[in-house]
Amino acid sequence: MASNQQPEMDGAQALIKTLDDLGIEYVFGYSGGAALPIFDALETVNSKIKFVLTRHEQGATHMADGYARATGKPAVVLVTSGPGAGNTITGIMTAQMDSIPMIIVTGQQVTWMLGLDAFQEADIFGITIPVVKHNYLVRETNDLPRIAREAYHIATTGRPGPVLVDVPKNISQSPFTGDLDAPMDLPGYTPEKSYIIDPDPVEQAALLINASKKPVILAGHGAMIAGAEKELMELAVKMNSPVTSTLLGKGVFPEDHHLALGMLGMHGTAYANKAIVECDLIVNIGSRFDDRIIGQADKFGAQAKIIHIDIDPSEMNKMIRPDIEIIGDAKAVLTLLNKQVETQKHDSWIETMDGYKRKYPLAYKKQGGLRMQQVLDEIYELTNGDAIVTTDVGQHQMWAAQFYKNSESFKWISSGGAGTMGFGFPAAIGAQFACPDQTVIAVCGDGGFQMTLCELATAVIHKLPVKILVLNNHYLGMVRQWQELFFDNRESGVDLEGNPDFVKLAEAYGAKGINIKRPADVGKKLQEALEYNDGPVLINAECVKADNVFPMIPAGAALEDMLTEPPKYKMEKPVGST
Amino acid sequence: MAHSITTADKKPAPKVDIIDGHTLSMYVTNQPGVLMRICQVFARRAYNIDSLVVSQGRDPAFSRLTLGISGDPAGLDQIVKQCNKLVDVIHCSEHTSSEAVVRELVLIKVKLDSTERRTELLQIVEHFGGKTVDLTETSMVVRIEGASDKVDAAIRLLVNYDIIETVRTGKVVMARGEQDT
Repeated sequence: MASNQQPEMDGAQALIKTLDDLGIEYVFGYSGGAALPIFDALETVNSKIKFVLTRHEQGATHMADGYARATGKPAVVLVTSGPGAGNTITGIMTAQMDSIPMIIVTGQQVTWMLGLDAFQEADIFGITIPVVKHNYLVRETNDLPRIAREAYHIATTGRPGPVLVDVPKNISQSPFTGDLDAPMDLPGYTPEKSYIIDPDPVEQAALLINASKKPVILAGHGAMIAGAEKELMELAVKMNSPVTSTLLGKGVFPEDHHLALGMLGMHGTAYANKAIVECDLIVNIGSRFDDRIIGQADKFGAQAKIIHIDIDPSEMNKMIRPDIEIIGDAKAVLTLLNKQVETQKHDSWIETMDGYKRKYPLAYKKQGGLRMQQVLDEIYELTNGDAIVTTDVGQHQMWAAQFYKNSESFKWISSGGAGTMGFGFPAAIGAQFACPDQTVIAVCGDGGFQMTLCELATAVIHKLPVKILVLNNHYLGMVRQWQELFFDNRESGVDLEGNPDFVKLAEAYGAKGINIKRPADVGKKLQEALEYNDGPVLINAECVKADNVFPMIPAGAALEDMLTEPPKYKMEKPVGST
Repeated sequence: MAHSITTADKKPAPKVDIIDGHTLSMYVTNQPGVLMRICQVFARRAYNIDSLVVSQGRDPAFSRLTLGISGDPAGLDQIVKQCNKLVDVIHCSEHTSSEAVVRELVLIKVKLDSTERRTELLQIVEHFGGKTVDLTETSMVVRIEGASDKVDAAIRLLVNYDIIETVRTGKVVMARGEQDT
């Protein structure tokens, strides 16, 4: 071979080729100097990968997140070094907290400049260690395909999560002379063990289940990730047990089923929380007993035996000490468990729950102005509960969780663990790319929407028919609610005075804008928005300024101390959690 | 009855004392950044790393870590699980001294102002099975090796002399019998 002959490919091309071979469909990103070779490879490598230029790196991460939550498959985020990489942190943290697969590729300064404060150099490897499942700083060009394959494997297996790959510019633009099929080398990572279930605790769990008189199943995100919907339904019907779900587990068990209790926890349904207080057995399938669910830990399920099924051994005994620990993939565990569970009848227990459903229904006032609950209730009816719904974080999120009942997995996309404002709209864009034929609704507050609204440009360019529902109360409503209840109604840092005219803003980007001001107009205007499919449509609903979400369990309080209406006494400041 | 983990259940944290502390052994991949990941797990849960020994394993692709830890014993099980969850960690386990051999080594530099003192010092060093590794007219460096309490005892006796400085290696641990460390 002549020495001046062009090499067949460089590192960046080997990387893109590997990502294409892995089946990556979308790369969401923002270009920059250190990532130039990788962006060039997107043009020079013949691949099926589609690139979406966002308007901010955070938007790219939430889009990849929304894509993953709608499909179960990872997308890639591609950004440059320094500030580009830094802007991805919130999105990576959001994915890590909620076990979402994602691969983040960051450009980096050349290797000999690392640690010398070179232009746009940031130690993104060090910065992101606490918010990733795993990360890499690539130091050899020939390692790129192996590392890309490992990143995909780690992101998508076991308990999923984000994996970051930091690629210095000299590494991506040097000739690739290695093996594109180099095998993975992960001696410390053994997710295949999740499918080997210890039969002993499963047998003990079946004994507890068969002896139980008042059981509750708690279905979490883990059941959804494992694809255990069918097994969960079989167990619930066999046990004749009510089923509650976490915020992220919404849809894994159909919320319109007669055994469904809806979401539990701080703003969950009264009947779900009452079930936990009164039950004699909790079967937790793939939930990590988040502090928003358990309230005061030592009173959670105080009369109940607890079975905890989780793929992650480090979740056992973390918040709640269960009576039986079963480690493994939820579907594999339930397949084994269902064989040992007897068909049961719990008529009086189910009747108790039905009584609570009648006594404490999710309701809202229809007078005194437009309420967020009404808008959500009506959009639920108009879409037959069939849309993919993404949310931001706050009051609108909790009301959406209460009123938009999900009957299928992967249709409820909300930032649970991290509680990331600004998540909903870009996540909806990602979900719409993933599911072009489905109705995707971004339920946003006026606060969260303004954090990532620059992605209107992305949605307009790609003519994505995302419905952006801005539930606008000109307030950071959830924080204001806490200030009202716990801080003598002293408002501090919650008034969003200066909001733009959102309809004009949408129009300025080339999107359609619709205003809703009167409760009587809601159905008609939402229908108009749902029928518009030539691009994004923003619906600005001017809602009651000061409304509160109930039921409510103050942070760290016991589930039995739940409020179903505004308290008539002065509340103690919560201390158990934030 | 299910039990939640509350502060009432937890025993008070032990004194920051290496003798009463816990010893963890880890087998990890030998590459840059692994130590950062491990240290973050401990720092986040407010555990202090009292001693840390890292060396290449028999297979140079791996490293062996021994950590002396102080902090709330109730949470240690969680820490071990979280370390085991790290992709770079092949194996992490806790060892108590009854099931494992724990050793460390200390170098102590003492000021010498008289021949009398030197004789006394040499007797103490001999008692602990130590060795003199450097000797000048004005100073002496001794080496003492053994279980941590033995090293502590030697240091306590030598405190009566004019110690210039001490350097301890930190604990290394190996499981007894045929058990894996």
